[in-house]
Amino acid sequence: MTFRLAFLAFALAGGVFSLQAQHRPAPKKAPAKADPALAASLARGAVVYKNVCITCHQADGGGVPNMNPPLIKTQYVLGDKARLAHIVLAGLAEPIEIDGDEYKQHMPAQAYLTDQQVADVLTYVRNSFGNKASAVQVAEVKAVRATLPK
Amino acid sequence: MLSFSPRYLFAVPVLAGSLALLASQSHVSVAPDPDNAGLKLPAGFGALKVAETGGKARHLAVTPQGVIYVKLNRVKDGKGILVLHSQPTGKATVTGGFGDYGGTGIYVKNGYLYASSDHAVYRYKLDAKGEVEAPGKGELLVRGLKVGSQHESKSIVLDNADNLYVNIGAYANACQEQDRTRGSKGIPNCPILDSAGGIWQFKASQANQTYKNGTRYATGLRNVVGLDWNQQDNQLFVMQHGRDQLHDNWPALYTDQQSAQLPAECMYALKPGDNAGWPYLYYDPQQKKKILGPEYGGDGKKEATGNYLDPAAAYPAHMAPNGLLFYTGTMFPAKYRNGAFIAFHGSWNRAPEPQAGYYVVFQPFKDGKPSGQWEVFADNFAGSAAKVASGRADHRPCGLAQGPDGSLYVSDDSKGTIYRIVYNAKK
Repeated sequence: MTFRLAFLAFALAGGVFSLQAQHRPAPKKAPAKADPALAASLARGAVVYKNVCITCHQADGGGVPNMNPPLIKTQYVLGDKARLAHIVLAGLAEPIEIDGDEYKQHMPAQAYLTDQQVADVLTYVRNSFGNKASAVQVAEVKAVRATLPK
Repeated sequence: MLSFSPRYLFAVPVLAGSLALLASQSHVSVAPDPDNAGLKLPAGFGALKVAETGGKARHLAVTPQGVIYVKLNRVKDGKGILVLHSQPTGKATVTGGFGDYGGTGIYVKNGYLYASSDHAVYRYKLDAKGEVEAPGKGELLVRGLKVGSQHESKSIVLDNADNLYVNIGAYANACQEQDRTRGSKGIPNCPILDSAGGIWQFKASQANQTYKNGTRYATGLRNVVGLDWNQQDNQLFVMQHGRDQLHDNWPALYTDQQSAQLPAECMYALKPGDNAGWPYLYYDPQQKKKILGPEYGGDGKKEATGNYLDPAAAYPAHMAPNGLLFYTGTMFPAKYRNGAFIAFHGSWNRAPEPQAGYYVVFQPFKDGKPSGQWEVFADNFAGSAAKVASGRADHRPCGLAQGPDGSLYVSDDSKGTIYRIVYNAKK
């Protein structure tokens, strides 16, 4: 009994990917194995999101009308990772338009975050709120940071 | 040289006609929607959705003849001001529009419609029916007002002495060296206050004014959207949007729970020259003190020193008071007369705590001063408790106006719904 509970807990903690893989017919390509590094990055990213981003971008990633842009399925989030990392590190002073709606509030630079924290939170954002996109690596953040004026 | 004019002869029947119209209006029963427009109201009140404008309906104004003017935040189909005409049942139709600018402020006084963009104020002459005489030709009263990328609204109101009051919101959260940035210090003698962060007074009937024609009537107000002139004590009252992000920017001093509850959204009764203290202080409703802001050396406990105005009343944090109206009608029961209705647009800056607001509040007044506890008057604009908590409200109350029969109109700048609240029970 104890063993079975422990196994269940392990399976749940092991992530949705492995669980799904067991119950679904094998797709053509080999299913992505649960990536412990990715899972850890997502978990750390969720903490950074709650501490730094949630006030403006909200728990559901939907932002605030007219002020703070949504992070759901926009090219800013799903597109060029360097541009995305640049927004976090340098901020964004100009209003932007997404799907015909304008978002005007100034996004402050979050350069005090470590490269690891930026990579984690962006990986989290790119894989939350209905988003699905590749992880952001520490090296990619480091490269963007190197371009910022000192 | 006075000469007899046939125009006066004409004016008599017109006046009599409009009086008869007013009298008949008060006897036609406006029909509330079966579900009271989805609103929760005190017993005896009903509500209807007057119209769906589909625009970002900020403030609205109703003429003595009952014509409704709605200011849109963004131009829709080339129009920034919508004109609505009501049926006797209360439902209204958008019959036209004009003004090729977005904005918030709109106000009717002494035969003129006043309206604002985010950097200017215009007025339009109204005819005897309350219709704008020359919609294409607004008279530019004030121009060149400062506008940044936040707190852009220029809300307006007039007094009884031909003065126009304009809010010019501070284009910052707390006048930090780096706006909204963690640990960034406040700029000494905040330079924003020269041209924003206060209420400016201009002449209501003088064209082409700029800052140099106006007076900084009151300062140290971060952003005001709701404001009204109190006729009882002949004084300007404003609702300030309090500062954001105490936890985000000063995590060592404030928890996210504290940040969700601080500071109060404050009502101020203004006199010329008053200073409400932004960005140096904020009002803590638990301690009932003016607390020095962390950007200026505060720690959440140190009180601000200096000659700063106390709030006339305080409301929960971050609920965004966007409309203020002193009720002078006779339709509602006596307790509402000369009291204040406040439209709380609803919060965003309480996350990860649940969001709050999205309702119209009633603040009782006595002798021109807030007296007694405020109460929620019209609730459920959001649609459900879950939509309040998440901030994903269906509707967001923004502007308030009183109809000639004493109805209370509410605009929603999310979906553009115009509401009308009436009292049907016997008083």
